[in-house]
Amino acid sequence: MSASDHLIPVVVSKVVEVNSIIKRFEFKHIDGNELPAFSGGAHIVVEMLDGPTKRKNAYSLMSSPFDRGQYAISVRRDDDGRGGSKFMHEKVEAGMKMKISAPVNLFALDLRAKKHLMIAGGIGITPFIAQMTQATELGVPFELHYAARSASQAAYMDSLQDRFGDNVRCYCDDAGGGPDLVGLLSDQPLGTHVYVCGPRGMIEAVVQTATDLGWPAAHIHFEHFLSPPVGQAFSVHLAKAGIDITVGPEQSLLEAIEASGTPVNCLCRGGACGQCETKVVSCEGDIAHNDHWLDDEQRASKQFIMPCVSRFRGERLELDL
Amino acid sequence: MSESLIEESILSRPTYGTLAIAPGLAHYFVADASGAECVIRAAEAAPGDFMEKVHILYVPTPGENALITALYALGAKRFEHFPTIDDAVARLGDWLSDARMGSQLYLAGTETLIGKAVAVAEECGLDHSAVQCEHRGSLARRVQCVHCKTMIEKVTTQPVKCPSCDLLLLVRDHYSRRLAAFQGVCINAEDPTEDVEIREMFK
Repeated sequence: MSASDHLIPVVVSKVVEVNSIIKRFEFKHIDGNELPAFSGGAHIVVEMLDGPTKRKNAYSLMSSPFDRGQYAISVRRDDDGRGGSKFMHEKVEAGMKMKISAPVNLFALDLRAKKHLMIAGGIGITPFIAQMTQATELGVPFELHYAARSASQAAYMDSLQDRFGDNVRCYCDDAGGGPDLVGLLSDQPLGTHVYVCGPRGMIEAVVQTATDLGWPAAHIHFEHFLSPPVGQAFSVHLAKAGIDITVGPEQSLLEAIEASGTPVNCLCRGGACGQCETKVVSCEGDIAHNDHWLDDEQRASKQFIMPCVSRFRGERLELDL
Repeated sequence: MSESLIEESILSRPTYGTLAIAPGLAHYFVADASGAECVIRAAEAAPGDFMEKVHILYVPTPGENALITALYALGAKRFEHFPTIDDAVARLGDWLSDARMGSQLYLAGTETLIGKAVAVAEECGLDHSAVQCEHRGSLARRVQCVHCKTMIEKVTTQPVKCPSCDLLLLVRDHYSRRLAAFQGVCINAEDPTEDVEIREMFK
């Protein structure tokens, strides 16, 4: 069972070119029904039918959590990826019918916080747009620090400053660089929670700096979806199903398992949530662990794999599925 | 002064550790006379510039001065002492309402001091993982009569008579972090004439 087993039929109501690399897509229920409620930080999985290829990618919802008439996501085009974002940019247009999962939130605001400190890098801005709408409604103080490579690639920077005023501070690499993390994290009132979404290096820097300054782990929140990396094709034996499957170069192991009709748990499809953790029965070769879930010991044991983002190279891999 | 003698019990019953300095921008200590030695031990083991970031609140035993002198001599940024735990904990609330993220709290002494300080710290937004506690001194309990909600301080017997509603209360290991109190439940509700021996249990 997973959220993406029960898909919601939607129609693409609007496609907006935000800048040269980012497009916004808006969805409405195909029958005009209300979409499921969600909270700031939630994501949906979008199913993309591209000829014979079926892809499912997760995107954060950026629309208002108080508006159930439509959802909005923003997609950054990645020409080196598996083609999901390219498909969205090149093939998806207004009026098209698609399917999406119900929203799932792995990056929710902690409502006990006395203040929310949000740090975004690039396209990592999207969950914060919904969160800021929510925090404004709740009347809880918040502050967003938004860093981008350049002003021309910084999606929504101007409109966010218009909407949320001084709560939003912007930084561009081509104009002085990102926020002073030590300064920022040293001067927050007790009870503040920090949230970071962006490139891996930014997440690591925020988590490390906050931890070194004595922030409790429960006050540090981050989200980093991975796209399943491309790689060489490989074969896997599914022990319970008693079948062999082949994972294509641009396919994820999870997608190949699903295509075989074998049941497998999953949620975020991006190596973050832990739902698809699968036991390895035997492994003669190397697992490329690409997830954020397993710890070093579990990785070294070769007894677990996260099929959503991890791959295999070697003689034989047998999974407990 | 004895080390903590708390026996293992249900999950709700708090257990305490040993104060050890954690990374942080500011370090708050609250101790009573039984816990003063823990503060001194932790401070002496800390790096050179540590005391510049330290704030100490102390509740001495009446008439005792030697530990006040010893704590003062540590050279903390702030040191204040108060006649009662409630006064010291109220002051902690003042300090923490101006505190920043990266604050660590260290509590040493009796369970009443620890429990009340933990409750105030949580209200101020301090995560429980930033609070360290070391139990010293009496095992006397602060007990809430669950029937009339009276708080009974320094309970040493099992059962205990509620001074407000006169019910005979079994002092449970069930502890409320919010109230900083153990729960006292009527021990002879089925038969109020039943005689239950009162023994000294929490010394």
